[in-house]
Amino acid sequence: MAVSETPPASEAQSIPKPPPAWLSILRMLYRDKFALCAAIFLIVVVFCAVFGPMLLGEAATDQNLRGRNTPPFDFSQHWTMWLGGDALGRPLLARIIVAAQNTMMIAAGAVLASLIIGTTLGLVAGYTGKAASQVIMRLADVIMSFPSLLLAVIVLYMLEPAVGNLIIVLAITRIPIYLRTSRAEVLEVRERMFVQAAQVMGASTFRIVFRHILPVVAPTLITIATLDFAFVMLAESSLSFLGIGIQPPEITWGLMVSQGRSYLTSAWWLSFWPGLAIILTTLSLNLLSNWMRTALDPVQRWRLEISRKKK
Amino acid sequence: MSHLLEVRNLTVDFHTAQGTVHAVRDVSWHLDRGECLAILGESGSGKSVSASAVMNLIDCPPGEIVSGEILFEGEDLLKMPSERRRDLNGRRVAMIFQDPLSHLNPVYTVGFQISEMMTTHGEPKDKARARTLELMKRVGIPDHENKFDQYPHQFSGGQRQRLMIAMALAMKPDILVADEPTTALDVTVQAQILRLLEELQAEYGMGLLLITHDLGVVAEVADRVVVMNAGEIVESGTAQQVYKAPVHPYTKKLIAAVPGEGEMAEPVGQDEPVLKIDNLRKVYGGFTALDDATLTVLPCETVAIVGESGSGKSTLAKTVLRLEDATSGAAYYDGRDLVSLPAKELFELRRHIQMVFQDPTQSLNPRMSVYDIVSEAFAIHPDILPKAKWKARVQELLEQVGLEAAHMSRYPHQFSGGQRQRIAIARALALEPQLIICDEAVSALDVSIQAQVIQLLKRLQKELGLSYLFIAHDLPLVRDFAHRVVVMQGGKIVEQGPVREIFESPREKYTKDLLTASPHPDPEVQAERRKARMELEKTA
Repeated sequence: MAVSETPPASEAQSIPKPPPAWLSILRMLYRDKFALCAAIFLIVVVFCAVFGPMLLGEAATDQNLRGRNTPPFDFSQHWTMWLGGDALGRPLLARIIVAAQNTMMIAAGAVLASLIIGTTLGLVAGYTGKAASQVIMRLADVIMSFPSLLLAVIVLYMLEPAVGNLIIVLAITRIPIYLRTSRAEVLEVRERMFVQAAQVMGASTFRIVFRHILPVVAPTLITIATLDFAFVMLAESSLSFLGIGIQPPEITWGLMVSQGRSYLTSAWWLSFWPGLAIILTTLSLNLLSNWMRTALDPVQRWRLEISRKKK
Repeated sequence: MSHLLEVRNLTVDFHTAQGTVHAVRDVSWHLDRGECLAILGESGSGKSVSASAVMNLIDCPPGEIVSGEILFEGEDLLKMPSERRRDLNGRRVAMIFQDPLSHLNPVYTVGFQISEMMTTHGEPKDKARARTLELMKRVGIPDHENKFDQYPHQFSGGQRQRLMIAMALAMKPDILVADEPTTALDVTVQAQILRLLEELQAEYGMGLLLITHDLGVVAEVADRVVVMNAGEIVESGTAQQVYKAPVHPYTKKLIAAVPGEGEMAEPVGQDEPVLKIDNLRKVYGGFTALDDATLTVLPCETVAIVGESGSGKSTLAKTVLRLEDATSGAAYYDGRDLVSLPAKELFELRRHIQMVFQDPTQSLNPRMSVYDIVSEAFAIHPDILPKAKWKARVQELLEQVGLEAAHMSRYPHQFSGGQRQRIAIARALALEPQLIICDEAVSALDVSIQAQVIQLLKRLQKELGLSYLFIAHDLPLVRDFAHRVVVMQGGKIVEQGPVREIFESPREKYTKDLLTASPHPDPEVQAERRKARMELEKTA
């Protein structure tokens, strides 16, 4: 074995020193034009949610019965009427902006709560012993087999139909999705060799689960969560439609869609604009989560770091 | 005159996101009837690409055959309509692969899969069945009538490779392409499969194209050899010629890197053992994976555990490290029994015993940077080092294993296989252990990289006074590295002793089998070994 021990120079790949983290993230976002548009749109939505009710709260509830179902694109009117007026002559654009707050609060709250609870239970079920896993999984089966709308009706009938309760109900019904996914992934990842390597070093269970397993599982769960965002928005609207969700004069996009339903044949814009807001928000979240999955994975990141070449 | 198969000036490019890779450049070779040509090369040398081009297995895109021709009996395969090419594939040119399990469909019986080879080329069903049975008998499947209706998982690795060979031979092809046919197999099984291939080649008068990284396999079966490096042919000639008088520096380097030639180590002096394993036993259900293993490791000593798959050598490592709980027995480190130690005390001992795993691609977390991977040891054991000194220490460790400080912020996938294993070694060293258990730590690496890593391990042993428990299946490697050797078979320790004793005067038949089965890169020596093996078989 007359071989020198140092590796040949060609073996090492030359990679320049990385720029600061925030700069490289922005640069990667700029590379993916779809994700960039999505991010801008979401910033606008968040801005509306935070400041909308403060700025346009009055205008959104201002009835004007002469302007019932005003058609959109009438630019001679005040700018809040450009998207038309609803059945009570209230400006649609202002209402959409104001409704963003409730909609976002319910959807984000329910998705985050179910994501965190579901993932935690899934990690426990996947990594610990059989007994805990059995209890958790059967619990998930119970929730899954129970019609979610029925559950919501029962709970909201007994409790006050407020934003907080709505979040709780929607979160509970979505927990099993994260739970089952994270458990299945954990069962696979825990057998990988780097987990064994951490065990040999004496790493605690907490460390193995949060440092080694969770980062591998997280991208899948985040993708599911963004898809779920739309589902929760629509579920909330169906509850509102049944009269056990958000109560007028409070508004959400989902409620606006269902309120406009009775005028669909005569005034399509009542349902269309809030529906479009729901679609665009979900689409943006999806595009952004797709970008994030690539950007967070060191193996895939180069796809965003190299400049696009023509094929 | 025309050859059976001739590749002329073949150039294949792969268009990837990082740019165009020239997989093979201007490669020419030929194969005649009844001859065995070996294409030898390390990973990434392009040795499989020209054979894939012959079999029409290159995905285009990203692959592109830029220039050249592949002549089969004088007819260019690349200009042929795909209809006719499909007809040739399997019927005239057949192929066997490295991993027979992933190339046999798990939901069909093996009999069906072999006869399918014939029915797709237009043979009637009953005839195909008869021929399948005949082939299964020929490749040495015992009780072939009943095995016809069994599924791939019911066979052993060697038997599956035999079935693949039977499938390839179904249409009596003129050319058999074997891509690393024995790499996934144990040495004794490898010897059997290679012999079967040789016999069949003579019987059918086929041309055998063998793609391998193993000089020993070349010495055993090849008539001629083509050595490839970085997409180019650097040397060609008869196996004898290339081994005895290599011309190109790469070939010289490759031959020099082959283990099993160096001085054997003398046993280290008597001392208090670092690790003392006492009647260790592990039972899974009714299966005894480890049967009363007893051995000791002295300070600064390398003890190699050799054995074939299923011999219990990895189970031994896992029970000592408490990745699995032992059924009975004890393993003493520093007077304390690792097997029955409570969790808190075990945590302290973890520092002293570390492990380097087989495949560095899997044993390093892909989402952590090199700095995070190595410094995790300090995060787990905070008493080793204050946080302010982590960076300096990681840098020192990386330099110790032959990497650079600048590598700290990179991720594992940006390194080559050998470099990754260096990172894994640096991680193990971070805890300042006394004993490192290496589970097949170099078997996933190329021969020349293997030699470098072994050299590194030797140096670290000298510098830091480490002991190694080195688990391996590769005997020549063990011969160069170990002080003492433990031979295992079926969960039991068959024989143990100083390396010289085991290699020069083995007592047990199993040890002798292993020694004669492991191929030697010198065709002359290999011929002698084969003779010895035949005699051993006769006496049995």
